[in-house]
Amino acid sequence: MHTLSVSALGNALRRKEFSSVELTTHFLDRVAAYDTTLNSFITVTGDIALADAARADERRRAGEDNPLLGIPIAHKDIFCTRGVRTSCGSRMLDTFIAPYDATVVDRFRANGTVMLGKTNMDEFAMGSSNQTSWYGPVRNPWDADRVPGGSSGGSAAAVAAGLAPIATGTETGGSIRQPAALTGLTGLKPTYGRVSRFGMVAFASSLDQAGILARSAEDVALSLGAIAGHDPADSTSVDRPADDYPGALGSDLSGVRIGVVKEQFGEGLDPVVGKLVEEAIDDLERLGATILDVSLPNSALSIPVYYVVAPAEASSNLSRYEGVRFGHRAAHPVDMEDLYKRSRSEGFGDEVKRRIMIGTYVLSAGYYDAYYLKAQQVRRLICADFARAFDQVDLIVGPTSPFTAFPIGEKLDDPVAMYLCDIYTSGINLAGLPALSAPAGFARGLPVGLHLMGNHFREDLLLSVAHRYQQATDWHTRRPARFT
Amino acid sequence: MALEPGGILHIAHLARLHLLEDDAERYAGELSAILAFIEQMNAVDTGGVTPMAHPFEMTQPLRADIVTEQDRREEYQANAPAVRDGLYVVPKVIE
Repeated sequence: MHTLSVSALGNALRRKEFSSVELTTHFLDRVAAYDTTLNSFITVTGDIALADAARADERRRAGEDNPLLGIPIAHKDIFCTRGVRTSCGSRMLDTFIAPYDATVVDRFRANGTVMLGKTNMDEFAMGSSNQTSWYGPVRNPWDADRVPGGSSGGSAAAVAAGLAPIATGTETGGSIRQPAALTGLTGLKPTYGRVSRFGMVAFASSLDQAGILARSAEDVALSLGAIAGHDPADSTSVDRPADDYPGALGSDLSGVRIGVVKEQFGEGLDPVVGKLVEEAIDDLERLGATILDVSLPNSALSIPVYYVVAPAEASSNLSRYEGVRFGHRAAHPVDMEDLYKRSRSEGFGDEVKRRIMIGTYVLSAGYYDAYYLKAQQVRRLICADFARAFDQVDLIVGPTSPFTAFPIGEKLDDPVAMYLCDIYTSGINLAGLPALSAPAGFARGLPVGLHLMGNHFREDLLLSVAHRYQQATDWHTRRPARFT
Repeated sequence: MALEPGGILHIAHLARLHLLEDDAERYAGELSAILAFIEQMNAVDTGGVTPMAHPFEMTQPLRADIVTEQDRREEYQANAPAVRDGLYVVPKVIE
């Protein structure tokens, strides 16, 4: 059951080959058997899952049908879930029980999905390796001594190991696509505002966006249909109808113009990764796409700009954690300042503190123009590069990550090296564009991701091109040997 | 721009973080390296470029001024570390 696609699972449920309760039990058994190794879940919600599954079976008996009815899902622990701990990977929220559901959680439930649990993540989604979680690092199913990427590393490891058919993730600078690449999954970050941020713990509000990690573009398309669309509870959610994503699959690639980012095949890229991505681009050409060169001249500045904008917004968003209304509170505070300072210092880990301090610094009097204003100006230039490229082509391709999964322990004491994990992905978030990573082969036994970037609201084209590629290749069907 | 441990302690105070002297030393090194990396963007001429704060030039949508939330104070305060009589408890502020 755990090797079937979402549509195959849906068909089997429809034909009554098994019930959602049986399917859910199977996945919960796999979580129990394998997650002591992987640490991909922070909280497993077995009782809720079985109740959700029984309800889905009941709805099906009553004649209801939709592609996600009775399908298990794992939610990144950044999404608020009413009555279930939402920790965001932080000691700060270790005992926080959300009093409401995130819109993403709510919409999946309305579609009849079954919540298996809440997945591990870098603390407050700040990291690219899942090593900053208060609940310990997540292991990569392809090599348990290596990281799964991050920050949605728990979701990635869970789906890659067959502990869940699909999982939610979120991105601020690459936190869906990079772990998808490092674990051999298909991961989509939609256009900014396409999916509601309501109930998603805020990191950097002008960049944050929810998305999906799954084993194929088809599974992503079925899932995205459930959550895309306007939400009055999120003032940045875009009031524009969602496209028919599953319906967009199946078109051929003739006439599709695909631009290769020449700046992303230079220094810093593992040559084996580069070669596999070039082969994937050749495959797209053979399938009928027209391949052109495009230039994103300011692409290399994405990370410097990101590390001004994201920490600035984070320092403001995370000021809500003060030890009074919710979250960790230090023992025996002598006054308010002591309460704030010690609660925050004990509740936040190192990387979160670094980013809060960077953000505080770049916004402080005397430095605002040199850092924050400058970054906002370069952000516009980065955005303009993409706009120029999309005048010439329909999609842009490159590598998702400069390298494959690295050993646990690496890059932890070198923040800048860790930040460079997202060198090809974070420009997309600055420009609010949609992009996905799809498996494109293996380098020394570890998965490599092909990065497809689209114009605003072209999730339909991204998914249809990735689906066509996956019909012609079988990289996305490979499974890690220890978790068959 | 290189940060000194004293500067770090000032930033930490602004961010309401409590740092030990040893930590300040370490953070000064790490944050200075991050800032040096960020300063790559100074190589770009941004004269006349309008700063961009948001991916779309959206205006803030407004909703009708009607009550949509119910009173769920007890539920919300269940997450608070210390409450009394429906109020949040903090150390004494006024002598």
